[in-house]
Amino acid sequence: MTVSSYLERRWDVVLQLTLEHLIAVGLAVGIATLLGIALAILVYRNDRAVAVLLVVVNTLFTVPALAYFGALIVIVGLGWTSAITVLAIYALLPIVRNTITGLREVDPAVVRAATGMGMSKTQRLLRVELPLAYPVILSGLRVATVLIVGIAAIGSYVAGPGLGELIFSGLSSLGSVRAVPEITIGTVAIVLVALVLDAILA
Amino acid sequence: MSTPGEPMIRLDKLTKQYPGQEAPAVDAVDLAVPTGEIVILVGPSGCGKTTTLEMINRLIEPSSGRIFLEGEDVTHVNADQLRRRMGYVIQQIGLFPHQTIAQNIAVVPRMLGWKDARINDRVDELLHLVGLDPGRYRNRYPKEMSGGQRQRVGVARAMAADPPVMLMDEPFGATDPITRERLQNEFLRIQEDIRKTIVFVTHDIDEAIKMGDRIAILAEGSQIAQYDTPEAILTSPASEFVEQFLGSGILLKRLNLSRVEDVHVATGEWPTIGPDTTYDQARQHLQQSGRTHLLLLDAQRRPDRWIAAIDLDRDRDLSMAGTRVQACVDSRATLNDALQEMLLNANGVAVVVDRDGVYAGTLDLETIIAAIREMRSGTAVPGDT
Repeated sequence: MTVSSYLERRWDVVLQLTLEHLIAVGLAVGIATLLGIALAILVYRNDRAVAVLLVVVNTLFTVPALAYFGALIVIVGLGWTSAITVLAIYALLPIVRNTITGLREVDPAVVRAATGMGMSKTQRLLRVELPLAYPVILSGLRVATVLIVGIAAIGSYVAGPGLGELIFSGLSSLGSVRAVPEITIGTVAIVLVALVLDAILA
Repeated sequence: MSTPGEPMIRLDKLTKQYPGQEAPAVDAVDLAVPTGEIVILVGPSGCGKTTTLEMINRLIEPSSGRIFLEGEDVTHVNADQLRRRMGYVIQQIGLFPHQTIAQNIAVVPRMLGWKDARINDRVDELLHLVGLDPGRYRNRYPKEMSGGQRQRVGVARAMAADPPVMLMDEPFGATDPITRERLQNEFLRIQEDIRKTIVFVTHDIDEAIKMGDRIAILAEGSQIAQYDTPEAILTSPASEFVEQFLGSGILLKRLNLSRVEDVHVATGEWPTIGPDTTYDQARQHLQQSGRTHLLLLDAQRRPDRWIAAIDLDRDRDLSMAGTRVQACVDSRATLNDALQEMLLNANGVAVVVDRDGVYAGTLDLETIIAAIREMRSGTAVPGDT
């Protein structure tokens, strides 16, 4: 069986897995964005709190995906929840780091002027600091998104959603006619998803 | 609230002690800033002048002492609300780069909940006031403007909600000397109309003398070495510290106290010609006047070129002859500014123009010398014999 004949017969499955993949990545980035930006806003004015938070998210980032999945199967079981939790954990580092960098790089004179004009901390954050940090935060989101598109494939190991299922299915049936098309299509589709998302967020 | 005779701002034993530092940065300062005056805090770097200023709008919270605004103790009121009652201008300006000039100016009015129409009118009014055409500039972004223009916007922004008080921290410090002089003159002109109470920090004694109704010369710990009018400080410095800070050339510095409008501006000293004058008329005019140069004015009667007899020999096109009038002083400029222009100008004369740039007359060295003589005879400067 060739790649094209496989696609012809099972395009609906490939399409569905691609959509699942996108949804999983979207959910994970969404959760990590809310959590990451909130954490960054909580700490960015305090050097020590920034250092502690960065050590924590850095450490979380270095733990291998399989270790997370192993632990999460025990806690929340197989399925989407485990997969998305792990993806969100990985997405956290670029988002937190860029948000802190962005907020701290805002020109101190601008912050001083804003405060001196009588803006409250919240007004200053919403009207001045976040808008000015936005480009840096967005590039963090972009890195996080592209990063977890790849990692999401491993999520299928714990029965998570997405294109990883094709790859795992192919790997488990090596030697059969569908093995090569499945692995090829799964891999290429993941790369395409990553490229498309990267272009959208650019 | 406010009682008659109560100064706009009063500092009562205001102190800032940073933890881990032996001496307080600001040590029990008492200061009264009268309504409608410009009070300059001037002193060597590290003397605590900026700290003192920033305690007035509580960007720095005082360790002890009290701050009164219009008689009201504002030491513990909501700091954000307090700051909206005080305009604030800093050297780095700190315009919001992601907002247009109009949005920048509208920040405080918007926080105070003004209606859009009122804000728009106010923005245009302020841009006019600081000499920027609203049609051209209101939708620009700060990065599309020059340093001097940005500083004008910074001043406009601070005045947006018409606060009774303005705090200015080296507002013109980052601009080149020519722009700074222009901004200073413009600001004095604006202040004539708006009569704000202004606390102004600078390290430049010349700027202090030029801008201040009163000057507080600060020593370490923001201790007030002398607090008086520029005239009184220059005439009788209270201590050796003040004298040292004033530096050499007190007499020259006093030229900063007199303005061009205070002295006699000669109107008929130099022959002038309009843009329509023919070559022959110009020649004749110059010969009759018996002077060395002609001053060519443009159609709006603004000074254009100095033309000497030798230029007329060389060049028959009057609009190309001679040298361009490099810089003019306006009637608000100090005699010190005028003297500088004189030294730069080829024939040793400063060209005086009015607010619209129209030719008003000339000023020469004799006039300045006469002014200095008058100062010396009026009040003796100690140590100057």
